[in-house]
Amino acid sequence: MSLPESDHQLIVDELGREPTAAESTLFENLWSEHCAYRSSRPLLGAFDSEGQQVVIGPGDDAAVVAVPEPDAANTPVDDREAGDYSDTYITLGIESHNHPSYVDPYDGAATGVGGIVRDTMSMGAYPIALADSLYFGSFDREHTQYLFEGVVEGISDYGNSIGVPTVTGSVDFHADYVGNPLVNVACMGLTNEERLVTAEAQTAGNKLVLVGNGTGRDGLGGASFASEDLAEDAETEDRPAVQVGDPYTEKLLIEANETLVDENLIKSARDLGAAGLGGASSELVAKGGFGAEIDLDRVHQHEPNMNALEILLAESQERMCYEVAPEDVDRVAEIAERFDLGCSVIGEVREGNYVCTFDGEIVVDVDPEFLAEGAPMNDLNAVEPTEAERDLPVVDLEEAIEAVVSSPNTASKRWVYRQYDHEVGVRTALKPGDDAAIMAIRETSGDADDTTGGGTGLAFSSGANPNWTTAAPYEGAQAVALENATNIAAKGALPLTAVDCLNGGNPEKPDVYGGFKAIVDGLAEMCADLSTPVVGGNVSLYNDSETGPIPPTPTLAMVGSKAGYDAPPAALSGEGELLVVGQAGDALGGSEFLAQVGGSDAFPALPDNPSEIVETIAAVANRESTLATHDVSHGGLAVTLAELVTDEAGADVAVDGVVDLFDETPGRVVVETTDPDAVRAAFDGVAPVESLGESTDDGTLSLSIAGETVSYDAATIRAFRDVIASTFD
Amino acid sequence: MTVAVIQFGGSNCDRDAVRALNYLDIEAERVWHEDGLPEETTGIMLPGGFSYGDYLRAGAMAARSPIMAEVREAADDGIPVLGVCNGAQVGSESGLTDGAFTTNESARFQCEHVFLRVENADTPWTQAFDEGDVIEIPIAHGEGRFEITDERYDELEANDRILFRYCDADGNLTDEANPNGSTGNVAGILGDNESVAVLMPHPERSTLPDVGGTDGADILTGFRP
Repeated sequence: MSLPESDHQLIVDELGREPTAAESTLFENLWSEHCAYRSSRPLLGAFDSEGQQVVIGPGDDAAVVAVPEPDAANTPVDDREAGDYSDTYITLGIESHNHPSYVDPYDGAATGVGGIVRDTMSMGAYPIALADSLYFGSFDREHTQYLFEGVVEGISDYGNSIGVPTVTGSVDFHADYVGNPLVNVACMGLTNEERLVTAEAQTAGNKLVLVGNGTGRDGLGGASFASEDLAEDAETEDRPAVQVGDPYTEKLLIEANETLVDENLIKSARDLGAAGLGGASSELVAKGGFGAEIDLDRVHQHEPNMNALEILLAESQERMCYEVAPEDVDRVAEIAERFDLGCSVIGEVREGNYVCTFDGEIVVDVDPEFLAEGAPMNDLNAVEPTEAERDLPVVDLEEAIEAVVSSPNTASKRWVYRQYDHEVGVRTALKPGDDAAIMAIRETSGDADDTTGGGTGLAFSSGANPNWTTAAPYEGAQAVALENATNIAAKGALPLTAVDCLNGGNPEKPDVYGGFKAIVDGLAEMCADLSTPVVGGNVSLYNDSETGPIPPTPTLAMVGSKAGYDAPPAALSGEGELLVVGQAGDALGGSEFLAQVGGSDAFPALPDNPSEIVETIAAVANRESTLATHDVSHGGLAVTLAELVTDEAGADVAVDGVVDLFDETPGRVVVETTDPDAVRAAFDGVAPVESLGESTDDGTLSLSIAGETVSYDAATIRAFRDVIASTFD
Repeated sequence: MTVAVIQFGGSNCDRDAVRALNYLDIEAERVWHEDGLPEETTGIMLPGGFSYGDYLRAGAMAARSPIMAEVREAADDGIPVLGVCNGAQVGSESGLTDGAFTTNESARFQCEHVFLRVENADTPWTQAFDEGDVIEIPIAHGEGRFEITDERYDELEANDRILFRYCDADGNLTDEANPNGSTGNVAGILGDNESVAVLMPHPERSTLPDVGGTDGADILTGFRP
């Protein structure tokens, strides 16, 4: 890939001369789709990213959001006042590492984790939780299993080593990811008003200090590699564009960064990711309205004889660029040395142009604003998606239930999260395997050592559903947002904020761009309806290969808040009545059921009062009389009920028909309660409450569907749900 | 008095250990390995993590760092030393305890809750328990399979050096309850004297009452004088 001719002409006009080789490559990478969002930025205005909880919105390395005080954490966002937020902040960011994970699943996924963790660090935050949403081709393919195993191992080895728990996420399989899997990684960090750092350069004359790994030739051209379709021979041809991670160095960098923040030595910071040093340093100074003078010879390197272009663009991992006051440079170098990290003073913040010299010659001399913001936007054609009509097959009930419950999409993901250290940091109050994780933010109690549950619990959920967004991109994306909110509400928390990772195919294809546009609008619409500001995100296009485009995939990572960290489990106690709350859409479009048995249907209608429903679900989840809660989503009620059953507790349930059993409309939760009247009263005028039956003490799921009864004991259900582990172990 | 929680490059449970000890009113601080043991050290904890990236062999590099000579000396003087997870690997690599911890039978990292049976209740770490008690504690490791020669295993048993074994909820030592294929279901052992112990499970992760179980607290109280 090289610079398009129209871009080249624009640059020549601006510079008044031909760009140097280094400038040309710098523009190629920074003006790539991956860095400049040329095809997506015109669409991203749809997102509402403001709110009184938002401290820093989109555009920095990660967003920063204030955590509600515990006594306001159960109050809906729209009813809170500015004083309801504490000076404890979280950072939230999300990143895709899709193409690298196809070429080299282990390193591709591992460096995805490393990158988003450094985005967290550069805000002065300590990383406290990771969420991974992964998408692969059909599970039964051998190559899929190779990619899946490698990606999970890469995340596990890297995340575990650096001591950041991976607490939630999602795994989906769909035939259209076969030539291009997706690895979307979100990170939550913890900081506060005092420790906050931004990526906006502060003062001319301050030094630019590079700390971390030596620079080598690894990951050259990663940004432009991420901005074109995956070639047939990508696994061999594009391997040099994939970075290799070193979690040990990343952990040292985390410790060094903490010390630098403790001692207030950082004026601004940016991690080195896409487009390497050139990207990080030029964006840092441009954001502050400055230029820079950088001497590339001073960059510490781990390979000999590197040229200017390589030093500038290599995506060697585990490096941070800091703006440091001249008098603090020695102390920064001492701290780097203490943690065995390389450190070089590479230049300084200046007024004027962004200038790089190498071997005594000026190799880059450009207006940083033009470099950072000058990429022309693409105006692409979009074709609107069409909607399916109902054509449901006649099925054998038992076969259908077994197929849906044992599908890898709905199956237990324990094989995955058991490989992730999800408890390091001793904040994970609700662990993976439930609807959402809950992280204990004790700091808001006023005492960081409080262990009485007096702080704010942050619920964390991440995912999308390719079946939904394939069937109906717009409504499917709305459903993704509502589904994440429902996960959080089922554990008694209310949505606070979210970040998105928008994955699409080649946007130059009008139908692909039409689908992509629809997921952006759908996601934005539902997040606005839920009063949930979308404070940051990532766009990954050109997820396209010879096997075609991926399904449009809007991963949403959402955070909600509640007072304390306790939540009802997604497991029955055996002692209550079973209700399903929420508005069913009465359709099966995009369902796992249709994916298993064939046929078509419209996408289910979504409720028109989602915010009210989510708030009421959270209130019900927090009632003393609520014994268990679990949301209805992938696989519908059939899967929700199967997951609720344990060896000790079962369910005796009747529903009207197949549609009721497999309908996946989000915004619905199964509640086990000893006080059904109170649940009905809470939902009066909000959404329907249907009685499903009773929970029992026999560990058996007994389902009566339109008069036909089937039953499964816990061991049988466990065997159905064990398909992933039983394939690998 | 203070418990020194030794931080090597790559340690990642040092903060959690200090937090858990402080919760138990046991004074503790993180000590960077190059800084050496503080004068007033009254206990030493080798925390979990991936010291030196575990790049050679889990715990092997840290075991050869200068501070470990100080730790061995302190252990000989009767100062309590507890190695947890990577700290157990460091302890065994440095000869504080016998045997070795190596790759799990599954060849994968495993993070989950397990049951342990108390095998020796006559130690600082198990004084709150009776022999045969069953406790629930999380593990999180990829290299936790305890290995030792038959002869030395017999010696461990004969000398009552086995502290905990993996078991089921009822205390039975089954293969299913052994998460990593450890010889004799061994989860933790003692050094030459009872004040030195290493174990793969994480007591500091089951101490704070706001995030789950608290069975680990009674192990950490072994640091109390």
